[in-house]
Amino acid sequence: MKVKSLFMAAAVTAAGLASLVTSPAAFAQAKEQFYPLLVYRTGPYAPNGTPWANGKQDYIKMINARDGGINGVKLTYEECETGYATDKGVECYERLKGKNGGATVFDPQSTGITFALTDKAPIDKIPLITLGYGLSAAQDGMIFKWNFPLMGSYWTGADILVQHIAKTAGGYDKLKGKKIALVYHDSPFGKEPIPELQERSKMHSFDLQLIPVAAPGVDQKAAWLQVRQSRPDYVMLWGWGVMNSTALKEAQATGYPREKMYGVWWAGAEPDVKDVGMGAKGYNALALNTAGTHPKVMQDILKYVHGKDAGTGPKDEVGSVLYTRGVIIQMLSIEATRRAQERFGKGKVMTGEQVRWGFENLALDQKKLDSLGFAGVMRPLSTSCADHMGSTWARIETWDGAKWNVQPTWYEADEQIIKPMVKAAAEKYAAEKKWTRRTAADCQS
Amino acid sequence: MLYRENGQFKTSYRADQQIFPILQDRIAIALVLVLAFVVVPFVASEYLMRAILIPFLILSLAAIGLNILVGYCGQISLGTGAFMAVGAYAAYNFQVRIDGMPLIASLLLGGVCATVVGVVFGIPSLRIKGLYLAVATLAAQFFVDWAFLRISWLTNDSSSGSVSAAGLQVLGLQIQSPASKYLFCLVFVTVFALLAKNLVRGAIGREWMAMRDMDVAAAVIGIRPVYAKLTAFAVSSFIVGVAGALWGFVHLSTWEPAAFNLNRSFDLLFMVIIGGLGSIMGSFFGAAFIVVLPIVLDNMPYWFGIPIDTALAAHLTSMIFGALIVFFLVVEPHGLARLWSIGKEKLRLWPFPH
Repeated sequence: MKVKSLFMAAAVTAAGLASLVTSPAAFAQAKEQFYPLLVYRTGPYAPNGTPWANGKQDYIKMINARDGGINGVKLTYEECETGYATDKGVECYERLKGKNGGATVFDPQSTGITFALTDKAPIDKIPLITLGYGLSAAQDGMIFKWNFPLMGSYWTGADILVQHIAKTAGGYDKLKGKKIALVYHDSPFGKEPIPELQERSKMHSFDLQLIPVAAPGVDQKAAWLQVRQSRPDYVMLWGWGVMNSTALKEAQATGYPREKMYGVWWAGAEPDVKDVGMGAKGYNALALNTAGTHPKVMQDILKYVHGKDAGTGPKDEVGSVLYTRGVIIQMLSIEATRRAQERFGKGKVMTGEQVRWGFENLALDQKKLDSLGFAGVMRPLSTSCADHMGSTWARIETWDGAKWNVQPTWYEADEQIIKPMVKAAAEKYAAEKKWTRRTAADCQS
Repeated sequence: MLYRENGQFKTSYRADQQIFPILQDRIAIALVLVLAFVVVPFVASEYLMRAILIPFLILSLAAIGLNILVGYCGQISLGTGAFMAVGAYAAYNFQVRIDGMPLIASLLLGGVCATVVGVVFGIPSLRIKGLYLAVATLAAQFFVDWAFLRISWLTNDSSSGSVSAAGLQVLGLQIQSPASKYLFCLVFVTVFALLAKNLVRGAIGREWMAMRDMDVAAAVIGIRPVYAKLTAFAVSSFIVGVAGALWGFVHLSTWEPAAFNLNRSFDLLFMVIIGGLGSIMGSFFGAAFIVVLPIVLDNMPYWFGIPIDTALAAHLTSMIFGALIVFFLVVEPHGLARLWSIGKEKLRLWPFPH
């Protein structure tokens, strides 16, 4: 009996493996554009990863329901749970990249996974979109042909925070001698902004203090003890997931003024402050996008997706900060596909390589954004062969205890600082990987 | 009926001491090797190779290394992830700092560095045993995590703290395609598995096992505990270090210390315990169980076309996986390797059991 059941288990496993061996046959498919979705709905980062994932999926559903796809090409998707772990992310990538006629674009939702996929994408010819995260050096499209850190990187974010702090302090000269502490997630994600901040600290001679928090960041007592001892004038919070709300609670316990705390755009969403509520009042964060259900795109999602009970997540999540970001990421992926169709044939299924061209030639001006229903949600952006970011503008938002209020001033990262850094880092990366700089001719392809 | 050693007479000690004394076993192993080396690279899909076979092979290697320490020498270690990390980062440093360093040499030197670290953290084993030792090796894990996060020299001053290896080649051959990566790992695993098997069959393996079974008695019959324990740490860390280097270079190609965190150590310990303590074969079973099973479970809903929520699927995977671990430990506490040998025993009598 026991042996029998073991044989059964072995047989089932073998059958499963056999279906892995047979490569996915290239069916003559109905016209379908496949978007693989790397997500995490479990683990310490799930509170933030889930709305993001839901935003991506809902936008695909909405486009299918409202427009019937892109010029008649239906959109399909499949999710894979990465749990924010790099090796699992690589497995998911391998699993989804060849499915359903080939992946269009990957949004890894994690800096660590992005790093690992950056090597694989050029071989598989699939673009990576890393909106506001990933490798900062990837802005240089002449070296990072397949990476698209659209709308900002950690360097531009850090730069904008310094600009804003200088502004509130009353000018860059006032920063001299001030202490700014960076409380960061001890991973590539948290470490990325450090070179930029060091550059700035040299320029304005402020004192940069680096305080790491071990991932996932549920235990921050030591970090906040350091904050308490050194009493920095400002604290920058470079956290993700459960680390953010913990940091705010610790700040409250330590008595560090929340008004002096500035988070990156990954530390400025509802799940980060909701539990802390009034305790987080006055806390600031970078804002890549607005929140709210008033934009037309959110109304459409409510109407075409949630109105038909097809919503991925709960209805009241629509329009939250990270949900909106997920929607933007999916919109950019779809617009890149649409742009590619304009060149390679309308109503056709685009390959990853063609969509890459679309990403490189995105031109979303205000008019276009308005027609897409994104009026006021984000700034216009236009990419080029050399610039894979498209826009570095961001604002600051402040939590008032119940909602995020976006301040009106837009900041743009200082090109004078970022550009040489990007160039140097990209060159170093290329030298290590033995990549060569793209030629002008390559930009046409 | 087919699996029976009747009529296979051994006329020399050599013949009696072979790894596989039964002819049928030798044929089976030869077939498995032919399958792995010749057939698999041609028929396996890219996904199967990259996402399943390569991690399986590398973690099998690491499990063999850990099995030498835990299964054969009886020293519990929770620092396996750390030794893997040392191997990976050391190999990386040899690769970037010395121009024209051959890949295999840097992987092996990575193993050598892991050996040194392993022996250093093995020294407490001379005084403490069992759970206390486990806690001491846990220190290795924390120390190594700290070192690779904090000492920027070790990561070649990479601003993000993550390092990457690219353009792998051996003797002018590119290790780029999934098949070549798979074969590269397979060669390493085969060679090291053979070496490990021979080590544990030899004098030193007997010393380890004597140490495991009762260290006082072993010392009385003339086995030096210092030598036996530290060689176990050395050999184990070397193999684990090479596995770590392969994990970084071949599987991930870009990694950060989180790739070798405490979870990795636990996973490897589970592999060894579930696969079978003190069994090279068991290391492969354990690795297959821990690496392949969650992926199979994860994919199950898609194969059967059941639409299921991603989060629910992930939770179900963990639940079923956990239940299966408990099930196997209850059914056979000595691991899958023991089930395997029971199966072989039964097969010998089949179809006429007494």
